[in-house]
Amino acid sequence: MKFSGFRVFAEALKGNTGWRPLWRNPEPKSDYDYVVVGGGGHGLATAYYLAKTFGQSRIAVLEKGWLGSGNIGRNTTIIRSNYLLPGNEPFYEFSMKLWEGLEQELNFNAMVSQRGVINLFHSDSQHDSFRRRANAVILAGADARLLSREDLRAMVPFLNFDNARFPIRGALLQPRGGTARHDGVAWGYARGADLRGVDLIQNCEVTGFRIVDGKIRGVETSRGYIGAGKVGVAVAGSSGRVMAMAGMRLPMESHVLQAYVSEGLKPILPGVITFGAGHFYISQSDKGGLVFGGDIDGYNSYAQRGNLPVVEHAAECGLALMPMIGRARLLRMWGGLMDMSMDGSPIIDRTNIEGLFFNGGWCIGGFKATPASGYSFAHLLATGSPHETARAYRLDRFSRGYVIDETGTGAHPNLH
Amino acid sequence: MLIPHPILGSRDAREFTYLGDVRLVDRPDPTGPDAEAAFCDYVFLRDNPAGVHRELWFHEQGDRSCLVVTRSTITHDILGAELARDFALARKRGGE
Repeated sequence: MKFSGFRVFAEALKGNTGWRPLWRNPEPKSDYDYVVVGGGGHGLATAYYLAKTFGQSRIAVLEKGWLGSGNIGRNTTIIRSNYLLPGNEPFYEFSMKLWEGLEQELNFNAMVSQRGVINLFHSDSQHDSFRRRANAVILAGADARLLSREDLRAMVPFLNFDNARFPIRGALLQPRGGTARHDGVAWGYARGADLRGVDLIQNCEVTGFRIVDGKIRGVETSRGYIGAGKVGVAVAGSSGRVMAMAGMRLPMESHVLQAYVSEGLKPILPGVITFGAGHFYISQSDKGGLVFGGDIDGYNSYAQRGNLPVVEHAAECGLALMPMIGRARLLRMWGGLMDMSMDGSPIIDRTNIEGLFFNGGWCIGGFKATPASGYSFAHLLATGSPHETARAYRLDRFSRGYVIDETGTGAHPNLH
Repeated sequence: MLIPHPILGSRDAREFTYLGDVRLVDRPDPTGPDAEAAFCDYVFLRDNPAGVHRELWFHEQGDRSCLVVTRSTITHDILGAELARDFALARKRGGE
């Protein structure tokens, strides 16, 4: 089933009776060459690129709940590639390039909208650090522009430029950054993988790994044993729980991050805006809701819900930044499990168990990485070597002293 | 969340700074033969359990004591709190 304008028109004439489910719902087979644990954005993208780009077959994705039921279905949908460090920036720029071609690649509307990401700065030192970041971004082949206060005022006049405590001095703009429709990304990858023969198995919880002589043989699941040549784990906030079944302790903690959506409003925000004096980011969805978020709650949590102090903090940041949203009512809020790593950067690597691979530690920024994460993980699974942009994401970088600490806060996962 | 401070009674979690897993009180011996590996483990690796978790909360906006709080990471229920000093001394007496 190919999507096109003609198809939409033809279906309209037929009363939309010709649409079919986007993927099959197959029974698990007894064994596969590749088993991907986790049917979220990263797992589905991994399966898609394994089948499409690396030409592999006999692939299954095992998902405990329904496809896209984790963080891909509960994030603030921001895509950007404006990182500072050489271990990160080429990877995120690779991801941005994949985003730019994603809809044609998948024949699916993921609503990728490059409406620009504005990072505000409020002091001279922040100005200097953003200039440095902009240069690092440009050196890696991505795009960045430093905006003066006047440039910025012309673009977003509604900001509170003269806040007494945190006056806005300017901003770092990435014009190619923006947002995407988070569920659409999961559905597009799921459909693309299914069309290439990948078995997407839902309601199938992995309950253990079968490991013989240091080599993976398969996975125990709630729907029986499934043999596997290679197993790739991409389960985000549940990484600790899943890898513990393989006897591994990870350099990460699971934390809760909340996000919020207001009632639908007329278009007021042109792109993504982040506050530089507190952790706060906001954009407006195509439906009109203000989508915003702030810090993680800051303590270990698997609850998928947070507490009110962080809600209050995010609301305060929002009002300091743009007082006009003070009357907007909050429509809904939710929490997701973040796999907060010890340096704030992800891990895409093999493990000490032959045939078992791990993808995780995405902290609060996994959504933008979805395409490159899937591509790089598929590259690692299929070829046995890391993708050129993901070479720094090794599991042993902590013991070797090669941490990738964007924020420079050290081994404190709740500060990244 | 309200944390039952053993001296000050029930206090808002906002007064505290979260420091993480209570294992951080078990600093390895820097002169030990495997000190490098032990410190790497101590600094970077965590059990990260889904369930009961013992963790350090520093009463930064209060009496500046450090507490060992027992909390469920699934429900956020707080099951108990004691002074980290008492916790460390009890472990020392227990020969751990």
